[in-house]
Amino acid sequence: MGLRRSLRTPPSRLLPFVLIAASATIVPILAHAQQSPPTDIVFRGATVMTASHGTLSPGAVWVHAGKIAGVGATVSAPDSATVVDATGLWLTPGIIDPHSHSALDGDVNEATSPVTPSMHMIDAFDNRSADLYRALAGGVTTELLLHGSANMIGGQAVVIKNKFGLDRDAMLFPNAPGSIKFASGENPKRVYGSRDQLPSTRMGNFEVMRMAFEDAKHYIADWDAYDAKVKKGDKDAVAPKRDLKLEALADVLRGKLYVQIHCYRADEFLTEEAIAKEYGYKIRAFHHALEMYKVGPQIAADGTAIATFTDWWGFKDEAWDAIPWNAVMSMRQGVRVALKSDSDDHIRRLNVEAGKMIHYGGATEDEAVRMVTLNPAWIIGVDDRTGSIDVGKDADLVLWNHDPLSTYAHAMKVYIDGDLFFDASLPGWGTTHFTGVMHEGGGFGSDDEEDGQ
Amino acid sequence: MIKALAQVTITVTCLAIPAALLAADTPTPKTIAIVGGKLLTVSHGAIENGVLILADGKIAAVGAAAEVKIPKGAQIVDAKGLTVYPGLIDPESNFGLTEISADAMSNDLEERSDEIMPHMHVADAFHSETELIPVARLNGITNAVVAPASDDSIAGQDIFIQLYGSRQQMMLAADVALAMNYGAEQRRSNGFRGGHATYPSTRMGLITELRQTFLDTQDYIAKRDAAAKKSDAAFKRDLKFEALIPYLKGERPVVIGVYESYDVETIMKLAQEFHLKIILNHVTQTQEILDEIAAYKVPVIIGSIYDAPRANERYDSVYTLPAELAKRGVKIAISSADGGGPASSHSARNLPYAAGFAVGYGLPYDDALKAITLNVAEMFGFGDKLGSLDVGKMANVVLANGDPLDVRTDVKQVYIQGVAVPMVSRQTQLRDEYSK
Repeated sequence: MGLRRSLRTPPSRLLPFVLIAASATIVPILAHAQQSPPTDIVFRGATVMTASHGTLSPGAVWVHAGKIAGVGATVSAPDSATVVDATGLWLTPGIIDPHSHSALDGDVNEATSPVTPSMHMIDAFDNRSADLYRALAGGVTTELLLHGSANMIGGQAVVIKNKFGLDRDAMLFPNAPGSIKFASGENPKRVYGSRDQLPSTRMGNFEVMRMAFEDAKHYIADWDAYDAKVKKGDKDAVAPKRDLKLEALADVLRGKLYVQIHCYRADEFLTEEAIAKEYGYKIRAFHHALEMYKVGPQIAADGTAIATFTDWWGFKDEAWDAIPWNAVMSMRQGVRVALKSDSDDHIRRLNVEAGKMIHYGGATEDEAVRMVTLNPAWIIGVDDRTGSIDVGKDADLVLWNHDPLSTYAHAMKVYIDGDLFFDASLPGWGTTHFTGVMHEGGGFGSDDEEDGQ
Repeated sequence: MIKALAQVTITVTCLAIPAALLAADTPTPKTIAIVGGKLLTVSHGAIENGVLILADGKIAAVGAAAEVKIPKGAQIVDAKGLTVYPGLIDPESNFGLTEISADAMSNDLEERSDEIMPHMHVADAFHSETELIPVARLNGITNAVVAPASDDSIAGQDIFIQLYGSRQQMMLAADVALAMNYGAEQRRSNGFRGGHATYPSTRMGLITELRQTFLDTQDYIAKRDAAAKKSDAAFKRDLKFEALIPYLKGERPVVIGVYESYDVETIMKLAQEFHLKIILNHVTQTQEILDEIAAYKVPVIIGSIYDAPRANERYDSVYTLPAELAKRGVKIAISSADGGGPASSHSARNLPYAAGFAVGYGLPYDDALKAITLNVAEMFGFGDKLGSLDVGKMANVVLANGDPLDVRTDVKQVYIQGVAVPMVSRQTQLRDEYSK
């Protein structure tokens, strides 16, 4: 569907929102404006959901030079600040999706070998993808773009700030830690089993990993031996051949990459943790993790988080025991829980998915907001810089017209690093930096759909 | 409408399913008085501090506390602080045709061997004990249309179900509508079923094949009628044509699944040529012909509201469709199909949220509630039996702790034909087992 690439500008839907400047320094916000954002912005009157320290109602937030400079009942912003009257509106941190395959034009899986750790998603990143735009309009400011789940050891992720309209490099999250995608269960089994290759079973799945790490250990030993010789001044020492695949695996064993594992079943969480311990790396998060409620306390002890769907189930055997209470039950068992999209659709309304957590298990508003902000930020490893409204953090903020945990909310303004990137009250797309032609994303954006069979 | 229903009833009777094979019939309901709740009647507004009397499986009385007398011996249900509304109706589901999407053997979604399959009866495949039904029921969905999947131009005939009871009780009516589809998806182009292109591999082929089928059916009807007059016992019945007769006579609705503007225009010309009783379905990429759609004067099922906009369209161009069509006077229903989840009724429990989402994008609240209750009932011939809190209707009623369209709301109790349905699914059992 939707292959026609017509350019159509729908009529403006003027929303009941007003931007009021305190002084003559009002900044005209025009579509496609490329000027730099105001140095100081103050949001007044909003219900501020901080994600880290509760809700201020009403609260004020001061943004200075792209960072949050103050948050509280009042803030001491300079008179020159641009004032956003947010009375009756809600302000949250930007939504963070720790599991997206958007903007890759369907290049999600290098499904030609079950071990492909030297693939880098940045190489497929299409910064003009309409999927980024639609996610931005849903309040998403940061995404972890992951390799798919065809391979036991997939490729390395890219972390973006959703500064739609800027060039590729400007959209990369500066100095974000590296992540690598692993997968287990049905997808690798199906992809390689259907070709009569290893792995076609869970036995094969896990052994493929162990074999890869044995190779990596050997590679590390070769380099260690070489380094030792060099250190001793051996001028005849011959460097081992650099191997991108083994180097990436060595980085896993050296703890240089966060390990993000696609995994559904309870027994597999335990096996993955055992293999991680055997080879000496840590698992940052299990993704999907639909059966975490069965073994939460054990996984909580390992410090591994989860990034889960709210209520998908039954799409395959390993999703048969999925229950919508999984997220809140796992959280109560001590697991750090994030919600994620794994979908170009759901990424547009993760706030509503968070609202479901109040229904399914009785999460508090604070807990629900954290599941789509601070907790996914931790999984990505950027929780020191974004994910909550705290002084010193990046000013990644979303203004909503309703309680963002309700069905009825939509994002009215989305700021990243203090710069306005989306404004629903603008005619046309509502983008402030994007010009030109958007690219239609490839496929559905799920690694279960696009495992490259 | 009444005529159609009568036929439908006969069809159901003819199915003759051995009752012993099925779950026991549900108990005869007693008289229940639901007292003190906020009633969302759908047909006549909201009533604060209302009373709803359920007796013999039907709604016996509805009104404000001061107006309704509670019958002696009635079981009193305290609904103070709760919202009470009619059971939600999903206008397009695949309940009982699928269990695990990826397991081919658990799916009876569609017969893809031919494009023209009107003689496929969902009633024959409906697996009433599917785990999907209790899951959806817990969120207040009490009724649904079950339709085959959409790869065929004519995929088969739908059933109208309730989500509780024995199989016979659940199948309120078989063959209620013809499932027709038009657009890119139905083409037998290269790659369909992994093979080479076969006829019809283009839209030209699809339309020509449909037109020929309808002409052949008219021809069949003439020959059949002539044979009947002559009492010609040699006349051979053709089940494919027999299946199409009520639809070509305009006696029952044809649900036409179509997405794109130009496809809507093409298929509507054909449907009007043969005077089909039309319900349009999907229409998520028709933003430029909304006035035209309104001028057809046919009901429209919109969904999924989460379908992606076309390239370069505004982000909310699909979200706003229900509001835009309702504004133009179109009778709308909203389907559960969840563009993000598995595209099946595993996500049917999110039906109320799709309607709520439409409210977020401009659809008046009352229209949204109607779009998943009364409007659906009316489209499929159940307007006098379901879809609102009115005396005489089936007592399909939901009690929730808040706004039914909000994701945060928890459904507390569901009644179907006056029976308090156990609020249990395989998923609540797993939850409870691991909460110990």
